[in-house]
Amino acid sequence: MSAVVENELNEHHHHGPAKGISRWLFTTNHKDIGSMYLWFSFTMFLVGGCMALTIRAELFQPGLQIINPEFFNQMTTMHGLIMVFGAVMPAFVGLANWLVPMMIGAPDMALPRMNNWSFWILPFAFTMLLSTLFMDGGGPNFGWTFYAPLSTTYAPPSVTFFIFGVHMMGISSIMGAINVIATILNMRAPGMNMMKMPLFVWTWLITAFLLIAVMPVLAGVVTMMLMDIHFGTSFFNAAGGGDPVLFQHVFWFFGHPEVYIMILPAFGVVSQIIPTFSRKKLFGYSSMVWATSSIALLSFTVWAHHMFTVGIPLFGELFFMYATMLIAVPTGVKVFNWVATMFRGSISFETPMLFSIAFVILFSIGGFSGLMLAIAPADFQYHDTYFVVAHFHYVLVPGAIFGIFAAVYYWLPKWCGRMYSETLGKAHFWLSFVGMNLAFFPMHFLGLAGMPRRIPDYALQFADFNMISSVGAFLFGATQLLFLYIVVSTIRSGAKASAAVWEGAEGLEWTIPSPAPYHTFTEPPVVK
Amino acid sequence: MLNRRELNKSKRTVIITLVVTVGMFGFGFALVPLYNVLCDIAGLNGKTGPKYVLQSGELEADLSRLVKVQFITSNNENMSWHFKPEVTQVEVHPGELMQVDFLVSNPTQQDMLAQAVPSLSPSEGADYFHKVECFCFTQQTLQAGEEARMPLRFVIDKDLPKHLTKLTLSYTLFDLTNSDISMASVPK
Amino acid sequence: MRSVWIRWAVPFFLLAFSSITKAEYGVNMTPGVTDISQSVYDLHMIVFWICVVIGIVVFGVMFWSMFKYRKSQGAKPAQFHESTLVEIIWTIIPVIILVAMAIPATSTLREIYDVEESDIDIKITGYQWKWRYDYINDEVGFFSSLSTPQDQINNQEAKSDNYLLEVDEPLVIPVNKKIRFLVTSNDVIHSWWVPAFAVKKDAIPGFVNEAWTKVNTPGIYRGQCAELCGKDHGFMPIVVKAVEEPEYKAWLLAKQEKAKAETLLASQQSAQQWSLEDLMAKGETVYNTSCAMCHQANGEGIPPAFPAIKGSAIAMGAVENHISIVLDGKPGTAMQAFGQQLNDVDLAAVITYERNAWGNKKGDVVSPQDIAKAKGN
Repeated sequence: MSAVVENELNEHHHHGPAKGISRWLFTTNHKDIGSMYLWFSFTMFLVGGCMALTIRAELFQPGLQIINPEFFNQMTTMHGLIMVFGAVMPAFVGLANWLVPMMIGAPDMALPRMNNWSFWILPFAFTMLLSTLFMDGGGPNFGWTFYAPLSTTYAPPSVTFFIFGVHMMGISSIMGAINVIATILNMRAPGMNMMKMPLFVWTWLITAFLLIAVMPVLAGVVTMMLMDIHFGTSFFNAAGGGDPVLFQHVFWFFGHPEVYIMILPAFGVVSQIIPTFSRKKLFGYSSMVWATSSIALLSFTVWAHHMFTVGIPLFGELFFMYATMLIAVPTGVKVFNWVATMFRGSISFETPMLFSIAFVILFSIGGFSGLMLAIAPADFQYHDTYFVVAHFHYVLVPGAIFGIFAAVYYWLPKWCGRMYSETLGKAHFWLSFVGMNLAFFPMHFLGLAGMPRRIPDYALQFADFNMISSVGAFLFGATQLLFLYIVVSTIRSGAKASAAVWEGAEGLEWTIPSPAPYHTFTEPPVVK
Repeated sequence: MLNRRELNKSKRTVIITLVVTVGMFGFGFALVPLYNVLCDIAGLNGKTGPKYVLQSGELEADLSRLVKVQFITSNNENMSWHFKPEVTQVEVHPGELMQVDFLVSNPTQQDMLAQAVPSLSPSEGADYFHKVECFCFTQQTLQAGEEARMPLRFVIDKDLPKHLTKLTLSYTLFDLTNSDISMASVPK
Repeated sequence: MRSVWIRWAVPFFLLAFSSITKAEYGVNMTPGVTDISQSVYDLHMIVFWICVVIGIVVFGVMFWSMFKYRKSQGAKPAQFHESTLVEIIWTIIPVIILVAMAIPATSTLREIYDVEESDIDIKITGYQWKWRYDYINDEVGFFSSLSTPQDQINNQEAKSDNYLLEVDEPLVIPVNKKIRFLVTSNDVIHSWWVPAFAVKKDAIPGFVNEAWTKVNTPGIYRGQCAELCGKDHGFMPIVVKAVEEPEYKAWLLAKQEKAKAETLLASQQSAQQWSLEDLMAKGETVYNTSCAMCHQANGEGIPPAFPAIKGSAIAMGAVENHISIVLDGKPGTAMQAFGQQLNDVDLAAVITYERNAWGNKKGDVVSPQDIAKAKGN
């Protein structure tokens, strides 16, 4: 993908990257590893997408037509696991790998060999996870949130492989986060102090701290599961003095920061793109940093808003309700800052900007449903219904996923030296936008009308919106094949791109040639 | 790629982040006893606490009010014992020691081992419900066909908030005969 | 391109939001039939409209900017990129709005957590995959299972109006009385939810949770399990029939009589002889309610998880083994101990049915007395 560049001042590398499969197995180059993460995540996105379409096909009409309820539960579980751990998180790590060193003027990540291991764990972990679908008893069928005792005492035998897979993904994420922190704190070019870093770097730094804080807690909770299942302990079993609700507390202590891990890098991406296409500096840089840090800190205090119906005493419910509502404040600040960046700018609507604008609007809609969910007494009617499904798909799909799409369109010309077709890019955007809204907006109504989550069949009054939702889902899914075509054809035969690529783009990555040379910033640049 | 200074700083960063990682793993496990402590202190989740030792002079009934205490029983999964309280409900003064017997029998052809787990509702009352003697403190064995009468002796704290006039104590009976649960902790 | 975007987006939002208050189209939460459910609905609508207004303002500024400040129309970018005053203002105003929302939310939550004494207490136990209701002070208890026929689910028959929301035995409660629910589970976590009451409470094995309601209007109210609990999580609905008090009392009395009669029937030595035809008829009903979800209406099951009964070794083999597995279940599988759940007449009927249906034709008759004997009574 990237050209080889001789650098006579550098003593170490007088040759280009290795040829063939060895290059990819043994690379320690952040650009190669970034590309592998991105391709891996896109593959997982398509796999998880197929599972979603299986679900939507079954839910197209009332009655059981295509799959049985047992397999349906496996599909909903695996769809969640694959998308969270296989698509969204690795995509953001891929973006971090490609962009962070270039944005701070560093030649590579701080720990290049560990970087390679971080990546290669993933295909192994996911092959194992996906193979559970073919094991006796089937794959995990207890939801991606795997509450005990459904996931311990009542789990299929494959649960042990599920636990092993989660451990491996966790190790990969933790190593990646350590790498990001070490890189950002220690390898910035002279003159780039913290408050001069691009916002994408800031959001990834904060995300990396969240990762090392909570991924080990996830590792802890699946280890406790393993011990309950195989070693006679009773962490989550009342018979032995344990408590299923303890599982939920520990899981969501991880789980809530996890969802911020999945969105903060997208905030960073959008904060790079909107200023470029508004031809105006990001409004309120320092308050954006403050807001992101507040969101990260507050994210540790709200976990039990996923547990309002579990039987928490009044004082606890009130605390978690207030803390959750409070998170709306820094989040709102960020939205206002993006809008203020656009206001009185000089705006053009290339594909990255379209995805970013849609991000701001649709993520905000997800934020509104989130605020509604925070209101504990109202949550008694929303909890475990399609209203929640609508909420998190609005923050994850036009949130995280559109953020990733925006990033790819924005930086692909830098990575491969060629421009994508603007017509096709816009087509991908509009089809995704329509498909996504058709798929998920009706889910608000379904939830309010009383349809629970994770059911393969439903009462007749839910039929119409389910049908619309399924149509939208298939449209959205098919459109991603167009995206694949766009990326491949750009890499192979797109028009040549300049170094700056976009008028109004600021940042060190735009000062180097397109495609970015295999090794960049071997000499640190001077930052004023 | 890294110069000496960057390498040293990076090593330091890596060590610190690794320590944090391991620390957070430990923290996850620490949440377990922490959760139990918080539940005990605050009476959360209906946990009624371990065996209660009566203080001298404590048993002085507050005759100005009566509290209703209901008893409900459940068998977990396929647990086949007959298990019910002798009376479904009693009325007791705070500070008054009360005994209620539970009748249990094993109708099967096998000797069996069971564990009763208590849970009180509303949970804000759990802190004030003191079990002086309870069959739930230990595992119970019944031979095939054996019957037994298991006592519960309790006293309600005089500080029970005035607005709580009815408490429900639920016992769930678990079959531990073939279980591999190691009974390290006494359920509360 | 831009004008298409606006021309399409504006009517989309208007259309979406204008009809949203009409619950009868199935797009909004129900105000329900209790004071609490009405408070919850009001809270939901307040927060919703506040979000709509904020959305209109914020998105309005965005759309305006996209329209007015287009480069293609010659807009030149301004230079400002910070303002502490503005940041403070748009931090403080949201906080004020949130406090305004938190006040009614807090008061409604406190009402929900009220523990003033109830008139009637009902224990609700979640099972895989049905509910059990026990009236604590009245010695009445029964299971409540989905009654929609498998054929409707498998698209062999047209679906009825209350498809998937109907049960064989609804929960019956009187109106205008405070009903307290004590919720627990037999196996995994379930959740008992009736939207019309705004009551949703998780059923956790080994623990008891409480919730309460006071229904203002007689009627039939339907809900569903709201926590993933395994294969048939979507097939364990809740039906509550709220009636005037005299009707409730009569129903309760009838239930108590029926329970006494069933105990008597099973214990009589020279009791009523049940004919094969009677047992088959009753057995088929019991089978379709309690067994067909796993073993299928045609007895063929879904091997290997749910074995076939048609032509199976158990149904064709010794009666004692068949009785044993139905009474005690099979540990480590989903086969429950139905001896705990069905009365002797139903057990006798369903086993007789299984041994004679689908071409099994064993000719065996299992009587309620046989069951009582097997249970050791």
